[in-house]
Amino acid sequence: MSETLSGADMLVRALQDEGVEYLFGYPGGAALHIYDAIFKQQKVEHILVRHEQAATHMADGYARATGKPGVVLVTSGPGATNAITGIATAYMDSTPLVVISGQVPTSQIGTDAFQETDMVGVSRPVVKHSFLVRDCAEIPRTIKTAFHIATTGRPGPVVIDVPKDITDPAITAPYDYPEAISLRSYKPAKRGNGRQLRKAARALAEAERPIIYSGGGVVQGDAGPALTRLAHRLGAPVTNTLMGLGAFPGDDPQFIGMLGMHGTYEANMAMHHADVIFAVGARFDDRVTNNPDKFCPNARIIHVDVDPASISKIINADIPIVGDARSVLEELDALVEAELGKRPERPAAAAGKAWWGQIGEWRDAYGLDHVMKPREDGVILPQQVIQSLYRATGGEAYVTSDVGQHQMFAAQYYKFPEGRRWINSGGLGTMGFGLPAAMGVQFAYPKATVACVTGEGSFMMNMQELSTCLQYGLPIKIICVNNQALGMVKQWQDMQYSGRHSQSTYSDSLPDFKTLAEAFGHLGFRIDHTSDLDAAMDEAFSAKLKDKVVFVDVWVDPDEHVYPMAIKGGSMRDMYLNKITTSQQGDYM
Amino acid sequence: MSRRVLAVLLENEPGALSRVVGLFAQRNYNIETLTVAPTEDPTLSRVTLSTDGSDQKIEQITKHLNRLVDVVKVLDLHEAACVERELMFVKISAQGADRAEVKRTCDIFRGQIVDVTATAYTVQLTGESGKLDAFIRALDRSAIIEVVRSGVSGISRGEKVLSA
Ligand SMILES: Cc1ncc(C[n+]2csc(CCOP(=O)(O)OP(=O)(O)O)c2C)c(N)n1
Ligand SMILES: [Mg+2]
Repeated sequence: MSETLSGADMLVRALQDEGVEYLFGYPGGAALHIYDAIFKQQKVEHILVRHEQAATHMADGYARATGKPGVVLVTSGPGATNAITGIATAYMDSTPLVVISGQVPTSQIGTDAFQETDMVGVSRPVVKHSFLVRDCAEIPRTIKTAFHIATTGRPGPVVIDVPKDITDPAITAPYDYPEAISLRSYKPAKRGNGRQLRKAARALAEAERPIIYSGGGVVQGDAGPALTRLAHRLGAPVTNTLMGLGAFPGDDPQFIGMLGMHGTYEANMAMHHADVIFAVGARFDDRVTNNPDKFCPNARIIHVDVDPASISKIINADIPIVGDARSVLEELDALVEAELGKRPERPAAAAGKAWWGQIGEWRDAYGLDHVMKPREDGVILPQQVIQSLYRATGGEAYVTSDVGQHQMFAAQYYKFPEGRRWINSGGLGTMGFGLPAAMGVQFAYPKATVACVTGEGSFMMNMQELSTCLQYGLPIKIICVNNQALGMVKQWQDMQYSGRHSQSTYSDSLPDFKTLAEAFGHLGFRIDHTSDLDAAMDEAFSAKLKDKVVFVDVWVDPDEHVYPMAIKGGSMRDMYLNKITTSQQGDYM
Repeated sequence: MSRRVLAVLLENEPGALSRVVGLFAQRNYNIETLTVAPTEDPTLSRVTLSTDGSDQKIEQITKHLNRLVDVVKVLDLHEAACVERELMFVKISAQGADRAEVKRTCDIFRGQIVDVTATAYTVQLTGESGKLDAFIRALDRSAIIEVVRSGVSGISRGEKVLSA
């Protein structure tokens, strides 16, 4: 005999049955029946945020750190539209979210009722799928299906829009939570095609200048260890995208850094000169490839992705493989082992010698150490902030970031030991992501060290969540790389608009972040000299302040640029290396 | 660039068609014609849409359509032999001497006159889109009062079927 429950109770019960720990949300009229059902139970903990955008980023941070879906509850109208930026952020980076939005009663839909927004319509381009619930009896199956879709294949956000009458406590229906869901129209691929895998193994074993280019799909697919095994077997250099950092250990000698717009010189050069590119869980984003017509002219491309639509979207793949990253990497490793066994005269390590020699030369010439020049006058460079953070945390922190120069410096200078440690908005580039994402991570791992690397501009886009940090005792360490400007915008204006800083500076009107943090009940430090940097960082991460939010406001050189930087319209080897040098090969510009 | 016809089998769910149409707008693909109706299985709808693009673009469109959760199957009808037809009604001014001429043109194209008034004929014509275009061209432009076309519907020839 199944129980009979109201729609609101069913909804909360389904979340319990789904094993949801946290529900990040904010109440309002259309969601009040659901909020009442939440009040009556203990299993799912509701986290009251201060802005719905932050709820979605928190759920997203939780999802990225754990691999489990993040769950959000908002009211109709403004609650729903406030959640859109976070939903789009999750969509672009393929993270699993289930977003439940209240809606006006069914009878009022379409009447421009108070707080009515067509949430299914507004969210349509930025969700993996969405539902409008039409009957309370549909709730268990709808929720099960939403979780199934959000978490399988290429993950993504799913919206469930729930009109208020559907959750009416007076209307009940039988509750049975389905064990599993099978949809005839949705069957994500798991294993790669055997023939393609064998072709790929042969190409990799025969490559003279191979490179492994891995992305967020390897992190999402928990395929880091499988990737590392294959890379070690091949002895090939590994580069990661902004989203893929950590999937291959940042301190491994085979790691040559991030690639793309602000990738390392050696990674971008190695891509350009490779004869075989093994791309896995990466999507040849325009921030990676630069001009697709000039992309890696001599390379055969093997492309592994769960999403067939990612393959050959930008760059044609010679050996496309549709499948789950982990399953493909594991199968490929065995095949590569066999292929290498057939070629005893040319073991992988020896074949790569010349290639590694070349990569070493690139690194010695223009590696990251070359592009940063510490100043003698004690003015802190933003890169030094990240180096200090890395040192103080022993490389063991979960690091979230916002968007801008500080994000790129964090990606370049913090060496992540494994996937899910580096959490940032790569696809949408959402300023304001960092703090709430860090809070989501801290909820998932209460004992872990969680640092949010932010810029003063980005931080001010969601700083109200400092209040939520106090409420739930989340001891986030906020490292603000304060360059008193929208630094990344200013850098582009320096480089492309003759230094006309249109609307990118505000140094005369910044708040005092130290007292701001204190006003929210936290601790604040302010540092502006290299001699104080390490000590302040050590104190922020000391055992003594383990339970405190610490805001470390580090004033840095406002004129520093992020280098290398891709030269627009060029190939991957075309980069600005500092304010005066480019690697340009002279075939255009 | 060539004109292509895609057949899409879709869950007959509210919102499913808007996802298909939205995809085309969002990804900057063109929809030339679109027809949709439930199939013999009322839980499924079948969409036929015509678009244009290179092979590579059509492949991308197909992949993105397949990615939609409501889409059960997609078939590029031009990949193999297929039959395509379109239905058109044309209201044509037909008076005096012209009246007989309109009737003759209609007969040549095997059109059917489905409605008659003292001053106009309404002609129904079925065929490949090219034939419909030719009929329009054969008429005196100033005589055309109103045109309505259904858009292409298509089915593959032989054994090949599109089913769930
Ligand atoms: C919501 C949002 N609005 C605008 C932008 C465009 N944008 C990219 S970086 C940037 C500047 C960020 O400033 P800050 O957070 O101080 O970081 P910095 O670059 O100075 O390190 C801006 C405005 C964005 N990415 N997100
Ligand atoms: Mg700044």
